[in-house]
Amino acid sequence: MAEIRVEKLHKAFGEFVAVRESDFTVADGEFFVMLGPSGCGKTTTLRMIAGLELPTSGRILLGGEDVTFNRAAARDIAFVFQLFALYPHMNVRQNIGFPLKCEGMPRAEIRARVEETARFLRIDHLLSQPTSRLAGGDRQRVALGRAIVRRPKAFLMDEPLGTLDTEFRDLMVRELRELHMRIAATTVYVTHDQLEAMSMADKIAVMNRGDIEQFGTPQEIYDRPATMFVADFIGSPPMNFLAFRGSVEPGAASVGINGAIVDIPAPREARPEGDLALGVRPEHVRFDDGSKLRGTVFGTEYLGTTQIVTVTTAHGTVKARLPADIRAEAGETVGLSLRSERLTLFDGGSGRAIRTAQNEGTHHG
Amino acid sequence: MSKTTAHSVVAPTPTARRVSGAIVILYALITMIPLAWIVMTSFKTPPDSIAYPPKVLFEPSLEGYCNLFTTRSRQTPEYLESLPAPEPGCDAIVRSRNMVIAGPSNVIPRFTNSIIIAFGSTFLAVFLGTITAYAFSRFKVPFADDILFFILSTRFMPPIAVAIPIFLMYRAIGLSDTHLGMILLYTAVNVSLAVWLLKGFIDEIPREYEEAAMIDGYSRLHAFVKVVLPQAATGIAATAIFCLIFAWNEYAFAVLLTSGTAQTMPPFIPFIIGEGGQDWPAVAAATTLFLIPIFVFTILLRKHLLRGITFGAVRK
Ligand SMILES: Nc1ncnc2c1ncn2[C@@H]1O[C@H](COP(=O)(O)OP(=O)(O)OP(=O)(O)O)[C@@H](O)[C@H]1O
Ligand SMILES: [Mg+2]
Repeated sequence: MAEIRVEKLHKAFGEFVAVRESDFTVADGEFFVMLGPSGCGKTTTLRMIAGLELPTSGRILLGGEDVTFNRAAARDIAFVFQLFALYPHMNVRQNIGFPLKCEGMPRAEIRARVEETARFLRIDHLLSQPTSRLAGGDRQRVALGRAIVRRPKAFLMDEPLGTLDTEFRDLMVRELRELHMRIAATTVYVTHDQLEAMSMADKIAVMNRGDIEQFGTPQEIYDRPATMFVADFIGSPPMNFLAFRGSVEPGAASVGINGAIVDIPAPREARPEGDLALGVRPEHVRFDDGSKLRGTVFGTEYLGTTQIVTVTTAHGTVKARLPADIRAEAGETVGLSLRSERLTLFDGGSGRAIRTAQNEGTHHG
Repeated sequence: MSKTTAHSVVAPTPTARRVSGAIVILYALITMIPLAWIVMTSFKTPPDSIAYPPKVLFEPSLEGYCNLFTTRSRQTPEYLESLPAPEPGCDAIVRSRNMVIAGPSNVIPRFTNSIIIAFGSTFLAVFLGTITAYAFSRFKVPFADDILFFILSTRFMPPIAVAIPIFLMYRAIGLSDTHLGMILLYTAVNVSLAVWLLKGFIDEIPREYEEAAMIDGYSRLHAFVKVVLPQAATGIAATAIFCLIFAWNEYAFAVLLTSGTAQTMPPFIPFIIGEGGQDWPAVAAATTLFLIPIFVFTILLRKHLLRGITFGAVRK
């Protein structure tokens, strides 16, 4: 097992920059998730770490050793592909044993290791089956088996659950997490599913168009988004943004949104008059008849214990997560109060969060 | 109440199925008639083979095969009388036509030539085609599209259009009537087809397979052999059949460039002459035997073709 360190990693395909000056470190034994929308460069980053793609510039260190230009075969990394890439002309046993065969391990030992791995993943009853007849989850386990059988320095997984249906996915998320707890292998996991990322990761890097927008623990990413992109990408429904014009003084206690005074965490930096956005998670919005921040209920979405109420305001649409017993009729005018200490201020132009008492120490990518 | 019968939207109705089945069988029968006629002719006697009206029922004879494998000379009745009684088989058949066997014919060397040249060139074309197709499929080849088009363009005209230059060239460099010359020629003609066919097949194999193998410690060559080749087997088999059929049946170049040492069956067969003209049963016998290897080869590979190695382990 080893630490993975990526320094100023850059990849351009001709004019197009797929990964821009990426920097991050995955500590030994950490479960690291790269999260981002389609085409943001997750796979490209992973392929560079694996040695399947050469970076345009930058360095990759594996356990302290510079492997940037090493061949994939020389890196001692295991890769689980999105499509699993199980060899169709081999059965389960041969698939799992394939990496060991390459090392020239004696047959008997391969047999023992494959069986041990299969038991570990609870697929020992499938060993002599052809891979084409396996169900999605079992295929996934075989692919994992092929990865762990070799006990490599690190695991790279590219949307390994992407093709499974939701039910299986939840199960596999739990299994993967459990597997990680048992073997504590350094893992880089790529997904565009925020729930998967939040539930599995020790650390998350949120990527957007080749940039890492934020790097941190799931809680940090959720509570203290570094950019509007991150705030919007994480959470369902995502963070609400109230757009307004104004300025920010260090230490100020509130901002004025069209006459409504909203308390905010004390800013640590100044912003001249300009476009700002106030970010608030749906669960931090309450109905408050006394509030000057008013809007019209547009609709509700019942979720059992809670409901999502959509309110149209002069500053944008706000979704509030409220207890299911609160009555909200469409067309009704309501006042909204926001939970001050959980608010994030964004610069409307750059989309970056303004430093406040609430989000100090957040890492940008 | 209107009566409705449930039937699938996509599956053909039983009537359609029966009609199409009948058409296929009819077509098969029609195409089989010449083949069947050739096989029948090979078992006729020369007079039966040219009888008019044609004989469908006849007494089978091995005379065609005997004549194919031997050269014979006509003898005077006195000389024949003086010989010991013929051994049953070809000896007896030939004797009954007042002839004796003078020696073996050229059919076995010609057949051997056909096998060497057709299989040799097929192997070469498929081998070169596979590695070329792999390179075009997986690597960034500069001007790949232009090169591929150029490769295809070699098939735009019938190969025989360049027969005269090739004839002169081969004579000049001493490749005329050699096995090597014919193998190279057929390989050159087939390789473009092989590249194009195989590129399609290899493009279909997800790169992830080799990449997985390379991450697992295999070199690219090793991954190619262990992972790509088995999955391209279907395509390789299909390509091999096409190449073999061309090289096996090729006539024009063979007539032009071979006369002795390297002569293949196609130019040999039409010149099997019997007494007083074409020896049709012997020609038919040669043709029948000539059909067998390619028939066997196709049957052998057919299993492979039909097995249809599935790409099922990769979900799209
Ligand atoms: N070989 C290549 N040549 C040119 N462009 C490429 C190449 N590989 C990837 N790209 C581009 O780089 C961008 C990032 O691709 P990448 O596969 O890393 O995205 P991703 O984040 O994995 O997305 P997804 O969630 O769709 O898998 C994409 O816009 C893609 O079109
Ligand atoms: Mg991807």
